[in-house]
Amino acid sequence: MTRMVISRLGGLATTLLLASVAIFGSLYLAPGSPEDVLFGTRQPSPAARAAVEHQLHLDQPLPVRYWDWLTGVLHGNLGTSMVTQQSVASRVGSGLGTTATLVLIAVLFVVVFGIALGAVAALRPGAVDAAAGAVTSVTVTIPPFVASTVLITVFAVRLGWFPSSGIGTGFGGRIHGLILPACALAIMNCGFLARVTRNALLDQLGREHVQTAVARGLPRAIVLRDHVLRNALPPISTAAALLTSGMFASTLIVETAFGVPGIGQLTITSVAQKDFPVVQAVSLLLVAAFVVCNALSDLLQALIDPRLRSTSGRMA
Amino acid sequence: MSADTRALLEIENLTVRLADPAADDAPKPLLEGISLSLAPGEALGLVGESGSGKSMTIRAATRLLPPRASVEGAIRFEGTDVTRMSGPALRAYRDTGVGMVFQDPRAHINPTRRIGAFLTEALVRNRGVGRREATARAAAVLGEVGIDDPARRLRQYPHELSGGMLQRVMIASVLLAEPRLILADEPTTALDVTIQSEVVGILDRLRRDRGIGMVFITHDLDLALAVCGRVAVMYAGRIVELRDAKDLHERAAHPYTLGLLGSRPSIDVRSARLTAIPGRPRGAFESGPGCAFADRCAHAQDVCRTTPPEPVRFRDGDVRCHLLDQIHSVPTAAREGGAA
Ligand SMILES: Nc1ncnc2c1ncn2[C@@H]1O[C@H](COP(=O)(O)OP(=O)(O)OP(=O)(O)O)[C@@H](O)[C@H]1O
Ligand SMILES: [Mg+2]
Repeated sequence: MTRMVISRLGGLATTLLLASVAIFGSLYLAPGSPEDVLFGTRQPSPAARAAVEHQLHLDQPLPVRYWDWLTGVLHGNLGTSMVTQQSVASRVGSGLGTTATLVLIAVLFVVVFGIALGAVAALRPGAVDAAAGAVTSVTVTIPPFVASTVLITVFAVRLGWFPSSGIGTGFGGRIHGLILPACALAIMNCGFLARVTRNALLDQLGREHVQTAVARGLPRAIVLRDHVLRNALPPISTAAALLTSGMFASTLIVETAFGVPGIGQLTITSVAQKDFPVVQAVSLLLVAAFVVCNALSDLLQALIDPRLRSTSGRMA
Repeated sequence: MSADTRALLEIENLTVRLADPAADDAPKPLLEGISLSLAPGEALGLVGESGSGKSMTIRAATRLLPPRASVEGAIRFEGTDVTRMSGPALRAYRDTGVGMVFQDPRAHINPTRRIGAFLTEALVRNRGVGRREATARAAAVLGEVGIDDPARRLRQYPHELSGGMLQRVMIASVLLAEPRLILADEPTTALDVTIQSEVVGILDRLRRDRGIGMVFITHDLDLALAVCGRVAVMYAGRIVELRDAKDLHERAAHPYTLGLLGSRPSIDVRSARLTAIPGRPRGAFESGPGCAFADRCAHAQDVCRTTPPEPVRFRDGDVRCHLLDQIHSVPTAAREGGAA
């Protein structure tokens, strides 16, 4: 188990390093550059342009710039924003808590409602299963941007229950402001997780070892908890991890739609401004979230299924 | 047949049908008119080709049929009708009355939980035995079924044990519950030949020592004859012949049973599978209005194809065949004809 954790941490570091190269390269090779944004519509003299480029280190070759950036990061310095001249760490840090809270609420919604819906469908064949199936097939067709529009129109504008843009202050106000965006993130994923849960539970319900548990006269609740649900958890947790990392990516859309001051909104703004150090940092955060989600799901699976424990160093 | 109060398990005219959700036609029969009874401490063998309904019979006896199955007839355990048991009564019957030993222990034991959890679960959950006490009992029973170092085994997971070991664990789990009836569904088919006889030996010894009744399913007629006092031969969802094991070689009467006996390579070499009769095995739902064996039977006449034979008493056994008197009027000639 310890070996597995260590190997996963090593995997995380490797993935982040490779991702940083890829992101760094693609940012600087893409057309458009930060000094254009800074100059706006003004036409600078070649000397002025060169001065700015020199100040931003844009006149150095790409590998040198990458090396400077990397050594900075290893010393805890993520650089400074090219646009606002704030440190990247403070720009990213202020939105990080908000986005993490938003995704956490959404994950709670997805796990609670997705598993409940899937479990009801699996355990009550016939009409209930069909009804649950109808609900999931509708929800899986509602991506976050559609859900955002609908939720804002109904619950924020018409009913006025929630703010339509921005979040409140204080803990309660922030949570209240994040409920609608979390719903927008969660709806489609609830449907997906419900489907995975239903199929995983049905698969286990048909297994021989469950028949053994029933044949021994165990109470149904025990059979369901210790044999059906427990053994169905690996596929469910894999799906939940994948959906969670997807939700981190969807914050780009949802935070912009709801005016939530988080990492997602910051990403969109920084990309528009070609603020490379900030984009670099938030992209790596997204990659890290992805890798951590999958590592957590693998650890959970190894906790549940002893057959996976001996094979260490499995990569996601 | 009236309710025999001394019987441990009594099945009377059991018919099981299964509705096919895809088709609208009438539910197809899986078992038809099964009747048998078992005394405490007795061993009854169920033999027959694949698909003849052996597993269905004992699944019906523990109410483990597929959800769409419908059941007619009576299944009584110690005089109580199993088919009408309520939830708690059914759980109590499954807990203390009957124990199942399945064919494939690797599939039938939860792979994610330790052997100790598997063995103690029923004691802890059903009877409120403390975990420590349950573990001590489990270790003792593992010793009884010939597993060394029980303390270590209890901490292991199923994938760390061999198939033979796991089947012993399965048997140990049944013994821990101290049931009065064991239903063993091909308990040795998934095991190596050398392990097979050991596992059968354990079951047989425990049955004798503890007076547990046992229904023993196997493809292997010789094994059934060795382990069981009586043997029921099944074909297409029916019991075609039921008689004492010691009589079967000399006095078998049904053409199908004769075919099974004749299909063995020799008396000394154990036959692997009962398949050497011309034609392929039939399910109950595939048979016509008459005798299910008619189109594979060398003696079949018109009556066999139109009227289902009822069981009749013949040579101290119960046999379903219209033609017993004709076939067995000249015993030696008939024996050869039946095996052809
Ligand atoms: N879950 C099921 N759904 C539909 N039909 C089934 C199901 N299980 C068994 N059957 C059918 O019931 C009949 C009897 O099956 P059963 O399992 O009792 O045979 P068996 O004698 O135990 O055979 P085997 O030696 O292969 O175990 C077969 O025709 C089979 O196709
Ligand atoms: Mg079977």
